[in-house]
Amino acid sequence: MSAHFKKKSKAKQEIPTASLPDIIFMLLIFFMVTTVLRETELLVITRLPQASAVEKIDQKRLIQYIYVGEDKESGEDAVQINDALINDLPDIRDAMYRRLLDEPRTIVSLNVDRDIETGMLYDVQQELREADALRVNYSTASEAPQ
Amino acid sequence: MADIAFLLLIFFLLVTTINTEKGIYMQLPPKLDETVEPPEIKDRNLLVILVSNDGNVLVEGEFMRLENIREEVVRHITNDGSDPGYSENPEKAVVSFKTERALPYERYVEVLDEIKGAYVDTWNDYARSEFGVRDYPTYQASLPDDDPNTPEDEGEDLVKDRFPLKLSLAEPDPG
Repeated sequence: MSAHFKKKSKAKQEIPTASLPDIIFMLLIFFMVTTVLRETELLVITRLPQASAVEKIDQKRLIQYIYVGEDKESGEDAVQINDALINDLPDIRDAMYRRLLDEPRTIVSLNVDRDIETGMLYDVQQELREADALRVNYSTASEAPQ
Repeated sequence: MADIAFLLLIFFLLVTTINTEKGIYMQLPPKLDETVEPPEIKDRNLLVILVSNDGNVLVEGEFMRLENIREEVVRHITNDGSDPGYSENPEKAVVSFKTERALPYERYVEVLDEIKGAYVDTWNDYARSEFGVRDYPTYQASLPDDDPNTPEDEGEDLVKDRFPLKLSLAEPDPG
């Protein structure tokens, strides 16, 4: 008798997985679109010069960036290391010295504006020599500057 | 649906560019040690390139057009003792590059590019004639990998051994 009252469910017990790839793709695309690669915010204007005898640097981890150009706010020539503007040139020495202790193979990439006088560049290089950061790369533009 | 997603995925893969760092690679001279005398370089082994504030290039005291620098530098480093005005051999040849302080950086890179280009040309020619490869990077790629822990060690690079890059970024003139 009791069998007569047993409810027979017709619904399947598995979760339908047909749309799973779509969901995964949606998630993937969502994250691809919303992810912003961390970029340094430039506080100085650097319009790079062009050159032809250039090399590519593969080991991005080793690079430290130095930007020399006009300060976007004050309009004076300024030097930026990675993220921050520096006040005195000897700060370059300290920053690079500490960096070299961690990574002796560091390459310093100099992003210098076209109109900066070379005297300024020499002052920066002098600081790099004091810190023994001798591997430098004069960064150049690959395309015509706007 | 999956097709559309794939298309989008491929689209984003194609339009995303990862910028690579390109530039003129240089090795700065080490900090001067006051107790050690700088090595004497014979005048014939030294090619002095000076750029004045207005962008004029003087090679060994004479004005030279930008497009002639490359040829002059190549002649200097490949001279191998034949002309007494140029270097004795490539290992001894040094190019000294100086500019006045008020020169715009753009001009500095232009001239430096020509000097570096002269070396690159020489390396390419030598790699082609001696090892029968297309150019110097091809030869370099055929070398066994350097130990990454010793970056200064150039390994068995015979091209660079023959024509070492000796570019002296000299102390700037005051004023």
